[in-house]
Amino acid sequence: MKASGVIRVGVWGLLIAFLLKPQVFAPAFAPLTQHDAPAIYDQGDLATLAWAHLGLVLTATSLSALLAIGLAILVSRGPGRAFLPMSRSLVGIGQTFPPVAVLAIAVPLVGFGIKPTLIALVAYGLLPIFENSLTGLSQVPASVLEAADGAGMSPIQRLWSVELPLARPLMIEGLRQTLVISVGTATLGSTVASQGLGEVIIAGLLSDNSAFVLQGGLITGLMAILLHDAVGLIAQRWQRPVQ
Amino acid sequence: MIEIESLSKRYGELTVVDAVDLIIPKGSITAIVGTSGSGKSTLLRMINRLIEPSSGQVRIDGRLTTSEPAPALRRRIGYVIQGNGLFPHRTVAENIATVPQLLGWEPARIAARTEQLLTLFGLDPAIHARRLPAELSGGQQQRVGVARALAAGPSVLLMDEPFGALDPIIRAKAQEDLRTIQRQLGTTVVIVTHDMEEAFLLADRIAVLDNGKLLQHDVPARLLTHPAHPQVMALTGTTDRALRLLSLESTAAIVTAGEVSGPDLPASMSLREALSALIWAGATAGNVLDAHGQRSGHVTMQAILTRGSAAR
Ligand SMILES: Nc1ncnc2c1ncn2[C@@H]1O[C@H](COP(=O)(O)OP(=O)(O)O)[C@@H](O)[C@H]1O
Ligand SMILES: [Mg+2]
Repeated sequence: MKASGVIRVGVWGLLIAFLLKPQVFAPAFAPLTQHDAPAIYDQGDLATLAWAHLGLVLTATSLSALLAIGLAILVSRGPGRAFLPMSRSLVGIGQTFPPVAVLAIAVPLVGFGIKPTLIALVAYGLLPIFENSLTGLSQVPASVLEAADGAGMSPIQRLWSVELPLARPLMIEGLRQTLVISVGTATLGSTVASQGLGEVIIAGLLSDNSAFVLQGGLITGLMAILLHDAVGLIAQRWQRPVQ
Repeated sequence: MIEIESLSKRYGELTVVDAVDLIIPKGSITAIVGTSGSGKSTLLRMINRLIEPSSGQVRIDGRLTTSEPAPALRRRIGYVIQGNGLFPHRTVAENIATVPQLLGWEPARIAARTEQLLTLFGLDPAIHARRLPAELSGGQQQRVGVARALAAGPSVLLMDEPFGALDPIIRAKAQEDLRTIQRQLGTTVVIVTHDMEEAFLLADRIAVLDNGKLLQHDVPARLLTHPAHPQVMALTGTTDRALRLLSLESTAAIVTAGEVSGPDLPASMSLREALSALIWAGATAGNVLDAHGQRSGHVTMQAILTRGSAAR
C-alpha cells in the first residue's frame, strides 16, 4: 500500500474510533475543560450526530447537483442559451447571500428543523457545480459535437454519451467543492434545530467548554477531508473503467 | 446518386449557397472546390441536413432527404471532418462502432465489422482496437475517422477537408487509400477541399463554387480545357495547366504498338510522370508495361506533349 493509502486508512480509523468510543480520547480533551466539566460531549451520541450531519450534507449536495447540472445543461444549448446570464446571476446570488441570512428568512416560511437548513445548503452549494458543469460542457470540442451530430446521434444521445462523459471530470470537481463547503456550513443548521455536529460546537460555546468546540470542529474537518478524498477515489475508478 | 435541386441557404440578407443544381453519379468521387467562404461546407452539410436548406431539395438514391428524421438520415450517410472529431473518451473500436450501435446492431456483428474495418485501414485490431484516440498518430486518427464514417456501410460518404491537417506524405497515402477503398466499396463520395491538387488527384468530377454559386461541374480535364468562368481558370491556375492535364491520363490511354529503346513506363503511370521519366532518361520514347509487367507497346514524348496541348 502506498503512503497515501496508509494515511487514508489511518484517518478513517481515527474518525470511526472517535465516534464509537469517544471516552477513550477523554484524556486528550480534559486539559481544555474547567471546573470538572465533561471532556467529551455528553448531551447526545456523537456517532448519531455525525451520521445525521453526513445525511444532511449528502442530501443537500445531491439536490444542488441535480439543480445545478440540470440548469447547466439547459442553458448550454439551443434556446436555453438566452438564459445563461440570468442563471449565472441567480446561482451567484445563492453563494453570495450568507447562509445564516437564508436561515433567518427560511424559518418563518418553512419552520424550524431540517427544511430551512436544506434550503440554505442547497442554495449555497449551487455555484461550484453550476460553473464547473458549464465549463465542462463548453470545453467539448466543436469538431466532436459535429461528429456526434453527423453520425446521427439525437440531441439526447449526444448529451448522454458524449457531452456528459467529457464534462464529467469538471462536474465532479464542482461536486467535491460543494461537498466540502457543505460539511462546514451544515453546522449552522443546529441554530435552527436541525440535527448535526453544530450541536456539539454550540453546546461548547454556550457552556464555555472549548473541548466540545474542538471536538465538533475536528469531526467536521475530518469528515470534509475524507469526503473530498473519497470523491477523488471514486472519480478515478470511474474515469478508467476496467476493460 | 445524389440529386441536388436549386438548393439555397440564406442567413438574413446573406446568400451563402445560391440555387445550386448538382447531380452526383453513384459510385463516383466528386470534389467541391472554391475559395474559403464560397459555401462549400454549407452545401455539403445541407446534404445530411446538419444545416437545413432555406429552399430547394436533395434526393439520395431517389429519396428526399426530408422524408425521414435528420438523425436517421445521417446514420445512412458517412461524414468525415477535418480534425476527425473522434470521441476522446471512447476507444478506437468504440468510435468505429458509433453508427452500428445507434442502429442497434448485434454486438457480435459490431465486433466483426469493427475488426474488418481496422484491418482494411491497416490498423492491427489486437494493438489498436482498445487504444484511445489520443494514443494514435495523426494519420491513424484520420483513418479511424474514415473507418467510423464507413462502419454501417453507407452508400454516400461526405468529407469536409478530411486531409487538411495531415502532413504531405501522410496526406498522399490517405488520398491513395481513399481512392482504393472507394473503388472497392463503390461508395459515392463528396469531398470538399480547397486544395486543387487533391481535387485533380481524387475526383471523377469537380464542382466549382464561388460566392455560393456553382460555376462549373465537369470532369477535371474539361475544367482545364473549357473553363466556364474566369474564376474557374483562376482557381485551377494557368501556369502549370498543361502538366495538370497530363496528370489526368495514364500511358495506357495513348499506347501504340511496337517496341522502342527507352525506359519502361507502367501503364498506370500518368502522362505527367511518364514525361518526367523520359526527360530524366534523356529518351524520346518509352515502353509501356501492362499490369503483368509485359511490354504492351510504347509512347513517344511527342504524343505526350500533344495530349497536354489545349488544341489536342
Ligand atoms: N451560421 C451562419 N450565419 C451567418 N453566416 C454564416 C453562417 N455559417 C456560415 N456563414 C457564412 O457563409 C459563408 C460560407 O461558409 P462555408 O460554407 O463554411 O464556406 P467554405 O466551407 O467554402 O469555406 C461564409 O462567408 C460564412 O461566413
Ligand atoms: Mg469549409
